[in-house]
This record gives sequence, C-alpha cells and structure tokens, in this order.
Amino acid sequence: MALSTGRVNSTARDRTAGADGARGQGRHQGAGPFRRAVGRHWYAWVMVAPVILVTGLLIGWPLARGVYLSLTDATEANIGRTIGVNVIPSTYEFVGLDNYIAILTSGLFWEKLTWTVVWTIACVSLHYGLGLGLALLLNRRVRFRSAYRLLLILPWAIPGFVSAFIWRYLYNSDFGVINAMLKAAGLGAVGWLDDPTTAKIAVIAVNVWMGVPFMMVAVLGGLQSIPGELYEAAEVDGATPWQRFRFITVPGLRTVSSTVVLLGTIWTFNMFPVIYLISGGGPGSSTEILVTYAFREAFTGVRNYSNSAAWGVIVLLLLVVLAVVYRRSLRKQGEVW
Amino acid sequence: MSTVTTTGAARAGSARSRGERGTGKSILLHGTLLAAVAVSLFPIVWLVLTSLKPRDGWLSSELEIFNQPSLDNYVRVLTETQFPTWLLNSVIVAGLTTVIGVFLASTTGYAISRFRFPGHRGVMWTLLVTQMFPVAILIVPLYNLMAGLGLLNQIAGLVIAYMTVAVPFCAWMMKSYFDSIPREIDQAGLVDGLTPFGTFWWVILPLARPSLAVTAFYSFMTAWGEVAYATVFMSQEEKRTLGIGLQQFVGQHWSDWGLLTASAVLIAVPAAIVFLLVQRHLVAGLTAGATKS
Repeated sequence: MALSTGRVNSTARDRTAGADGARGQGRHQGAGPFRRAVGRHWYAWVMVAPVILVTGLLIGWPLARGVYLSLTDATEANIGRTIGVNVIPSTYEFVGLDNYIAILTSGLFWEKLTWTVVWTIACVSLHYGLGLGLALLLNRRVRFRSAYRLLLILPWAIPGFVSAFIWRYLYNSDFGVINAMLKAAGLGAVGWLDDPTTAKIAVIAVNVWMGVPFMMVAVLGGLQSIPGELYEAAEVDGATPWQRFRFITVPGLRTVSSTVVLLGTIWTFNMFPVIYLISGGGPGSSTEILVTYAFREAFTGVRNYSNSAAWGVIVLLLLVVLAVVYRRSLRKQGEVW
Repeated sequence: MSTVTTTGAARAGSARSRGERGTGKSILLHGTLLAAVAVSLFPIVWLVLTSLKPRDGWLSSELEIFNQPSLDNYVRVLTETQFPTWLLNSVIVAGLTTVIGVFLASTTGYAISRFRFPGHRGVMWTLLVTQMFPVAILIVPLYNLMAGLGLLNQIAGLVIAYMTVAVPFCAWMMKSYFDSIPREIDQAGLVDGLTPFGTFWWVILPLARPSLAVTAFYSFMTAWGEVAYATVFMSQEEKRTLGIGLQQFVGQHWSDWGLLTASAVLIAVPAAIVFLLVQRHLVAGLTAGATKS
C-alpha cells in the first residue's frame, strides 16, 4: 500500500507544480529555490501532465475506490444504483479488514495462490528455456534462418483470444484433433478439460505456445548484440563451448533476460484470456488463477464487489513486492535498471 | 531433406572457421527447428483447414486433411451472424484507444527520456506499476463509474477503460525509443532557437515515426484482443466486440466450431500480416530500456 499512496502523492505534487510552472514562467530569476525549480522544469511537468491526469483520474481514483470497496461489505444487493427513475442509495458498510482476514484465512486463497505460482513459474521457465534454446539455434549460421524465424514467431502474431479458441477446439474431447491423433495412435481419448490435472497441463501448454516467440525474439536480439570478437578471443584462449556459453553468453544476456523475465512474470500472473476462454477456470475452479477468480467473484452469481476488490488488492500487492524484490536483487548484482 | 541440410552445412563450414558442423549435427539442428516449427504452426494450419470444411465438417474427428473444401462457413459468418457488427465495434474501439493513447503518451515519453525533473522517478514508477495492475482491481470501480455516468454499452466507456492499459504502456514504449535518439539532435534544435516543445514537435517526433507506428500497433492489438472489460461493459448484443462475440459461437448449449474457425481466420490473418511487418521494431521497443543500459 505504501507504494500506491506514494504514487498518488507524487501525482498531486506534479500536477500542482506543473500548473504553477505554466503561470510562473519568466519571473523565476532571483526567486527562491522552489521558483527556480519551477522555472527550470516547468516544460517537463507540462509534458508529463496529460498522462498524470489520465492515470490520476482513470487509475488513481478507481484504485482508491477499489481499496475502499475492499474495506466494505458491498455486493450487488446493497450497492447504490438507479433503476428507471428510482435511485436506490447504497447500504453497504465499512467493515475494516474483515474481507482480507476472511480471504487470508481461507484455504481457497492459498490453494489459488499455490496454483497461480505454479502456473507462473512453469510458464515463465518454459517460455524462457525454450525461447533461449531456439534463439541459440537461430543465432548459428543456419540455412533458411529467416524462414524458421518467421514461422516460429507466428503464434505471437495471432491475437490471444483467437489462440485460446483454437486450442479449445484442439482439446475438444469429441471432435478435437489431439484426441483424434491419440486414437489413431491406438491410445484412448483424454477428456483434456474435464480433469483438474490434465486441464492444468492443457492451459500451461497453450500459454507456453503463445509466449515462447516473444522470449525467443528478445533473447535473439540480445545474442546478436554480443560482440563476436569475445567468442573469437575465448576460442584462441582454448575455451570449450560450454565455457563460452557460461562466461560470455550468459553475462551478455543478463540485462535482456532480467527485463523479459520480469515482463513475462507479470503478464503470466495476470493472464486472463487463456484461463477464462479455454477452461473457464474449470473443472470446478481448479484452473482458476487469482485474477480470474477475482473476476468471477465480481461478475457471476451474486456480484460480490468488496470481496473481489480485496482479491484484486492482494494480487497487486504480490506483484509490487515481486517487482521490488526483483529489482533490488538485480541492483545487488550491479545491474543498473 | 538430408541433401538440403548437407549442402547447408558444407557452405556454412567453408564460410567460417569456427563452429564447423558435421552432417549429423546439421540434421539434428534442422530436425529440432523443424519440430519446433511444426508445433508452432500446427494449430494455425488446423484452424484454417477446419474453417474450409463444409458446414458440419468440424463434427468429424477423422484425421482427413482436405475433404470437399468450401467457403460455406465464411459465407455464413458474414451473412447470418452479427460478426460484421462486432468487427466494426472492435475496429472503432481499438482505433480510438490507439489514437488517444499514443497522442497522450508521446509527450510524457519524451519528458521522462530527456529531462531529470523532480517527480521523474515517481512518474517512471507510476508507469511501471500501472502495467502490473491486474484487471480485477480496477474493473469493479470502473464498472460502477461507467454505470453512474451511463457509459455502459457505450463505445466511449470501453475506450476510457482501455486508456488505463494503453496510456502507461505507450508512454513506456515511446520513452525507450526516445532514449535511442542521440541527445545531440535535441541540442541542435535548441541551438537553432527552438523551445523544448518546438524541438519535440518539429525535430524529435518526425524522427520517432517508426516507433509511433509500432506503439500504435501494439496498443491496437491489446485493445483488439481484450476480453475481460469487454465482457462486463458491453452486455448488449449489438455492442459486443469480437472477443466476446466469438464466445457465443461456442456457448454452453450450442456450439458451431465452423463459424468460430472461419471468424478466427478472418480476424487473425490481417492481424498476423501487419504483425509480421512490424515485429522487429516491437521487440526492440520493449527491451530497449534494458539493452541500452
């Protein structure tokens, strides 16, 4: 929470300072340090202002309201609304941290968190591992290299929801091609999305399929920026291929890797369409990750707005902590990022 | 296959001293790459093939490749369903999101790339943290806000919601690109008597055209493929966008994968073509901040 309040503060500060700056230009000579700062920086503040305004209005306000809702017992039944000409006032009440306590003490939350973490780690490590492997292959002198590269990034070019639908059809237990192949190979059909374990494997497979191309292209870019002389020098010194990989490629890729792994983690953690459109979180709620669960809580059955908001806040806090820890650990290794 | 790889290997071997490959290694390399290509292409190929089957062709689980091809599914999608309406809605929503997002974000990207001003770190953090926002935290308050303003089932409402995603992202992308333009160019502009705004508008922005295009494309794609906000905000049939509309073809009680596959092809092909044209710049933009430092 500390972070987001800090953000709001700086937002407000920038906005007022920007407005002052616009007025105070030209009279800054000989004024106090504040005036001088305004005189020097007003154009930067003016340029930043539109985005700060938009994020303040569209993200800051709903965020504040979301945090507030998470401290109440608001549901569809007691929230204020207008039906025709009748205005029904809100009757929900402030309940403090009750929602959070209820969530954190429920087995459901820890179950979902465990699955979300497994899902994120499995997906990101497969993304990165496969991406790195393919990038290393493509970084060699290979015939048809551009053709391979083009074909391998195609999954990234397909809009996410379309990919999700394609895979749902492939997984279809009656008409899906995967089962048809299994049958042709003499094996029995598998109800991919009917069993918790296979459903989990299925959604991870789809996400890996969708995410590898980005990693591959990013890592390939990193590989190509490593100077070839380093490898030549290492070879002259008698380094084995493994040593060349370990002491030239790995350090050379570190900056790219750290960024794409962080990005990939955030994207996967919040990956909505794959789960929502392929398994719908099912069977039961076994493949539901935190984000899709919070969504379902808010918009199916009796809409439990407060509870959903509390889930959302928890997810956000987890991600912020992750990003801060990650950045700090990078900085310790001497990376400026 | 093997002849191709051996000649490839021979040529590669003669061209350079390091990393010479035997035939066996070449076959292994190409074999691995071909396997990867097969995995990445198969779902797409299958999608296209299914969409070209006759009306109830998707019901057969036979592994037939191409049996009585027909455009029946495409005709039905375009004439018997709401697909054209959804398509139009999606184009409008994504187009507006892109234009407004890029317009608002480019100045900010420039400011945080060039100037070290008080609040600089705050803005950087804002942009980074807002990209982590899970959809779940903003969707309820935004939904209530839109309901209060009467913007549910309105294109404007959805565009406003997408701003929360597009603006921070676009600003970040533009910043990475501006970082790669040498500062000497700005200084030249200032020496010639332009204000910082003038420099930005007349000198830097024209140079950043490729990045503007890529950023625009990426935010277009994000809005184009968004599902969660669209599902909640657009409940009326004729207001739906593609992401929600398509769910109707494969509902709980009735599904027609023929319609679904045909519309999926119609959506994916133009997107994929543009994507392949700009993808090199895309990765550079996303990781530029990292590779530069």
